[in-house]
Formats: sequence, structure tokens, C-alpha cells
Amino acid sequence: MGNRVAVIGIGQTKHAAVRGDVSLAGLLREAVYRALADAQLTMDDIDAIVIGKAPDFFEGIMMPEGFLAEAIGAVGKPLLRVHTAGSVGGSTAIVAASHVQAGVGERVLTIAWEQQSCSEAMWALSFPIPFQQQLVAGAGGYFAPFIREYMRRSNAPDDIGILVALKDRLNALKNPYAHLHEPDITYDTVKDSFMLWEPIRYSETCPSSDGAIAMVLAGEAAAEASAAATGTPPAWILGTSMRSEPATANGRDQVSPDAGKDCAADVFRQAGITNPRAEIDVVEMYVPFSWYEPMWLENLGFCEEGEGWKLTEQGVTQLDGDLPVNCSGGVLSTNPIGASGMLRFGEAAMQVRGTAGEHQIDGAKTALGQAYGGAAQFFATWVVSSEKP
Amino acid sequence: MADFQKAPRDVAIVSVTQDPHSRAVVERNEVELIQPIIQRALEQIGVQKGEIDFTCSGSSDYLAGQAFSFVMTLDAVGAWPPIAESHVEMDGAWALYEAWVKIQSGHADTALVYSYGKSSPGDLPLVLSRQLDPYYYQPLWPDAIAMAGLQARQMLDAGLITERRMAEIAYESREAARNNPNAQLQGSPSVDELLAADFVSDPLRRHDCAPISDGGVAVVLAAGDRARNWVDRPAWITGLDHRIDSHNFGARSLTSAPSAKLAAEKAGVGNDKIDVAELHAPFTHQHQLLVEALGLGDNVSINPSGGALAANPMMAAGLLRLGEVANRIMAGEVDRGVATATSGHLLQQNLVAVLEGA
Repeated sequence: MGNRVAVIGIGQTKHAAVRGDVSLAGLLREAVYRALADAQLTMDDIDAIVIGKAPDFFEGIMMPEGFLAEAIGAVGKPLLRVHTAGSVGGSTAIVAASHVQAGVGERVLTIAWEQQSCSEAMWALSFPIPFQQQLVAGAGGYFAPFIREYMRRSNAPDDIGILVALKDRLNALKNPYAHLHEPDITYDTVKDSFMLWEPIRYSETCPSSDGAIAMVLAGEAAAEASAAATGTPPAWILGTSMRSEPATANGRDQVSPDAGKDCAADVFRQAGITNPRAEIDVVEMYVPFSWYEPMWLENLGFCEEGEGWKLTEQGVTQLDGDLPVNCSGGVLSTNPIGASGMLRFGEAAMQVRGTAGEHQIDGAKTALGQAYGGAAQFFATWVVSSEKP
Repeated sequence: MADFQKAPRDVAIVSVTQDPHSRAVVERNEVELIQPIIQRALEQIGVQKGEIDFTCSGSSDYLAGQAFSFVMTLDAVGAWPPIAESHVEMDGAWALYEAWVKIQSGHADTALVYSYGKSSPGDLPLVLSRQLDPYYYQPLWPDAIAMAGLQARQMLDAGLITERRMAEIAYESREAARNNPNAQLQGSPSVDELLAADFVSDPLRRHDCAPISDGGVAVVLAAGDRARNWVDRPAWITGLDHRIDSHNFGARSLTSAPSAKLAAEKAGVGNDKIDVAELHAPFTHQHQLLVEALGLGDNVSINPSGGALAANPMMAAGLLRLGEVANRIMAGEVDRGVATATSGHLLQQNLVAVLEGA
């Protein structure tokens, strides 16, 4: 649809529990400069900026992009701020891509970030009365019952979550930007970590991170020029999709939401993919709690319902498996909430550009990025390829 | 930078709905406030929910006092079965921009756009102080009226406006609002009476400030024949652009609105005669800044709705300006109009839309 669009520059910060060495503006510039350097461009080359983050209360700044405008090179340009809950990083990249597809910009900068050290996300995620029934349990407390229901339906062994967490944290050791680097992690250390929200253990839970990611998206001519200048191939976007559903609706399945299935079907249709298991080489998906790997494998259509945990158990999703998932370490290793979705999209693009470094999958040609948010009700996906559509 | 010359697709506003705006909607939450407005936006053109390809909304958590507040408001749309949907933490005018881009990209032919704000639960001028630089400005707690007062003072000192002219703008806006059943403030004391009042924040008097309002707005967009099939005279969006200025208020002139001027140029405001303008100016002196930025002449009808000075529901007041112009075009009253939306303090960010009939 519309003009062709590709990712030609990707930059992310070193993610950490507290990035006290930089201001907020400095944090974003770290990502922006790396993305521009990757594309061998400057701020002057950018036509428009699309920025995303999760709730403003996390940092205590209402609509902070206004104050950040100068630092991210937006003065005199269009600056759009997206917020779609946890999926926002993915949604923001998609909105940026649609700018290029629509022809309103030839090179669009997109940024997603969070500075979670400013607040306690757990409480921001516990809605008080009168907004909804009070759980005072954070996101983990909200999702634990649905994980338990997945385990019941699928008869999965109790330790699938441990396998996911161990894999992702080991993958993170190959990603210099990842927040958590735990070289001594083992199956037993994950198993023995304390139970936070049964069945989710401490080591099966995402951290709370400061971090940002930026990408430069470009139209066909700019992408070709960039590839010629940098010698790095663009990641061509074959499809993008967003779907939302209410937090509560009669008949809604929170274990495998319809919005997620619709979003996957839509993006694969756009990308001409009929057998995702065979045609997708690598996946970056939003797994903030370990069990969401098998749950999303099923929701995305990589296997039949009830079979996702077998892919994890058989090692299919490992770096050396035939469907590597979250080679970067994923959300389980790095979670600046507003950026987490775009990190999935950006890491997918890095894989097909061949720039993922130590966690690169050799010959990765087609990759899926996925993000979700809210009460597993907001979904965003894109498929990127090393080959121009 | 690439210049946006001609959008590939013809896209129009085909439906606009709002309810009367008020100082405080106490008996309804945000979902209950916006749901009937959304419903009527579809019903009045006979459109079913399933005919909408894309939905985009604008709101602010800082008004709701709750993180992820827009998540709950999605219940007002009835997003079941699932829909393609997005949200901006901005005035609804930017939600309209995102939807327009989505249609231009070929991903959708139709879109529902809505936005809403309830400012009544908090102290709005102080809440808006949280929109400032957190390192240098926020700790001083300058409220939104004090900030605007700095700008008005600069304009007065530079001889660019007078207190009388500011009062005239307030008077004209609220007298015009007598014809707007949705306006919160209708009618005004005389200019002399206004000028006799005390300052709220020197040099701003109460009449210089927009009222604090609760309210919302919904708009339906459609491309090409979809628009023509739904209404007799769609309000075609023939120019749409938005720009932002520096937040570093000490580093830029406050006596002009360069982002509004640039957006107006890019949107092609000056390419033809303008019949009507709806300007999103929350303060009287900002009304004049926008008139100058857009280069509007004496023959343009400006803010016949009363503008933000007659009703200013945060996050909706910008999209309302586009809606007011669209309604006049759809009704056949005018042929070409311009609307602006603003975001941030001191007109930092501005969107400009040119709408045309036939």
C-alpha cells in the first residue's frame, strides 16, 4: 500500500535501571544520534518526527515531547505523539511508516522511550477506583490468571516459563545494549527465584528500564541512496498492522485475544506470507512475562493452539533453533515500556539488515516484530525483509 | 526537506458532532461524555460502525488524573469485534492528522476521529504547568495563565496590541457565540466594562482567558466517492500541516507564532480566498498572533463559533475548530475556510487545515 518504505537507520541507548548519567533530552539524543549515524544522515535530512511513549505520569511531564522538541531536532517540523499503551513503540513505528507511504515525508524519524526510574510503574499500572476494580497488583498480577488458564488449557509442563526466561536472559548477554546481563543465570536460579504472582517468578518478569530507540524510515529513493552510501541494506517493510479491542467484552478470550489474531492475519496477508512458520526467519515479540512466548506463538499463528509450549521446549525458539524468538533478550531483559515495542520492531529490522552483531541470525531474510499492550488488547505488528517488495 | 505539494487522495470531513460544552460535567465520566457524541457522528450520516476502517482519538492522562485513561474510553467506540485503532496524547486535530495520513497511505478509506477532555476535576492552570520543561520551568510552578501573561506583556510592550484590542477580541468572540448553541460562554459585557475588571495575571484579565470546559467532539473522514456517497457536500481537506517551535521560551520571540506561519504556508492558506477562519487561541492576544501568522485579511469571518474563548475543552478545542469550518462548508454557507489547532504553552505547536467545498 502506498509508497515503499524501509528502515535505513537504527539506534538505541544502553538500557539500565537508572540512566543517571544523562538528562531525559540526553537519553533521547543518544538514540537519535545513533540512528542518524547509522543512516549517515543529520537532523536536517529529516522531514517529520513521530514519537511515542507510555503514560506521561511515569516521568511526571505532561506531553513531554513539547519540551523535547529542540533536543530531537523537531523545531520547524511536524512532530506527532502516539500513545497506545504497551504496544506504543510498535504503533509509533507504524504511524511513521504510514507517513512515508502517504508521501508526506521522504525521511521520517521515529523515537520511542521511557525513563522508568522516575516512578514506580507497578502502581501506575494498578488502576484505582473509580476507573476499574482495584487489583493493586501491577501488570503481573493482571496477567497471571491468564497464564494459569493457558497452562490449564494446553497441559504445558510447569517449567516452560523458566525455559523462556533462561533463553532470553542468555540471549541478552550477546546484546551490549540490554539492561540485564546475568552471566551466572541457570535453570535453577530462575526456578529458585521467588514467586511474585504465581506462576510468574521474579526471574520470569521484565525489568523496569530507562532507555530509548530511534529509527529512520525512508521512501524508496532515499532508501536506495542510503544503502549505496552506507553499504548496509535497508529493511523493507512488507506489512504493518494495528488492532484493538476492549478490556472487557462478552466472549473475549484474554488468553489468545482476537485482536492479536486479526493483527497477525492482516500483516501476513500484506506481506504475502501464507506459512509463517516456514517463511519467517526470526521473531521479536513482546514477552514481558515468560509464558507469553508460547502464548503469542499460538496467537500469531506459528503453530496450532496448545502447541506453542512444545516449540519452546524443543528449542525451536533458541538462537540456533529454526524459529529464533527474541534474540536480543527481549522485554524480559530490557523494558523501557514506551520503547519496548519499538525495540521489537527495530531488532527485527536489524536482523534482516544483518546488523544485530553477536545475536545476529545468519541469513535472516524475513522477520516479524510484534508488540502488545493494555489488558492484552492493543496489538501492533510489522514484517520486514532484506528484499524489496 | 520534502515539500508536500498535492496529497495523492481526496479526503473530506463528512460528519461533525459535539454536545454543549460546560464548566463541569459532573454526572458523567469520559466514556459517558463521548459515547453519545461518537454515536451521533455515525448516525447522522447513516454509517454503521463496521464501515469505519480506522479509528483515532486524542486525550491526555494529565486531565483524567489516571495513566492509560484512553484505554477505558475505548469502550465508547464499541471495539468489538476488534478494530484498527490508534491514539495520540494530543489534541484531536492531531488524531485527525494521523487518520488522514492513514487514509493517504492507502491503509484505510474511512476514519472516525474523536477527542475529549474533562478539565473540571483539577486546577487546570496548575495542571498545565506540568507540561513544562521538568528541570528549569516545572519547579517554579508557573501556571498557564502566568505563562500567557508573559507573552501578552511582550506584545503590549512592543506596541503590537493594546489592552483595549484584547478586550475587543474577547467581546467579539463571545458575542458571536450567541449563535453557537454549544458554546459555554455566550454574550459579553461591553469593552469598557471588561477593561474595568481587575487583572487575573497582569496584563491578563478574566475575559482574556478561555473558559475551563468539559467536552468532546467526533469527526468522520472519508476518501473520494465514499465521502460523496455519504454527504452532498463534503468538506474536502485541501491542505493540512503542523509544525512545532522551541519550548525554550527565552530563546525565541514570543511575539510571533512561526510554527503557525510555516504550517499555514505548507497548507496553502494563501493560495486562494478564505471565507471563514476558526482559530484555536486560548488567550485574546494569541488570537491576534494567529491572524497575523495566517495572513488573514479584514474580509475573513473569524471565529463565528466564538472560538476557544467561548468554549475550550482541552484536547478537543483544536479539532472543534476544524469541525466548525467543516460544518459551514457542508451546509453550503462558505466555500473555503481555514482552521488551526494549538498545543503546548504560548502557541508552541500549531496545526493548520484548509477545507473546501465542491
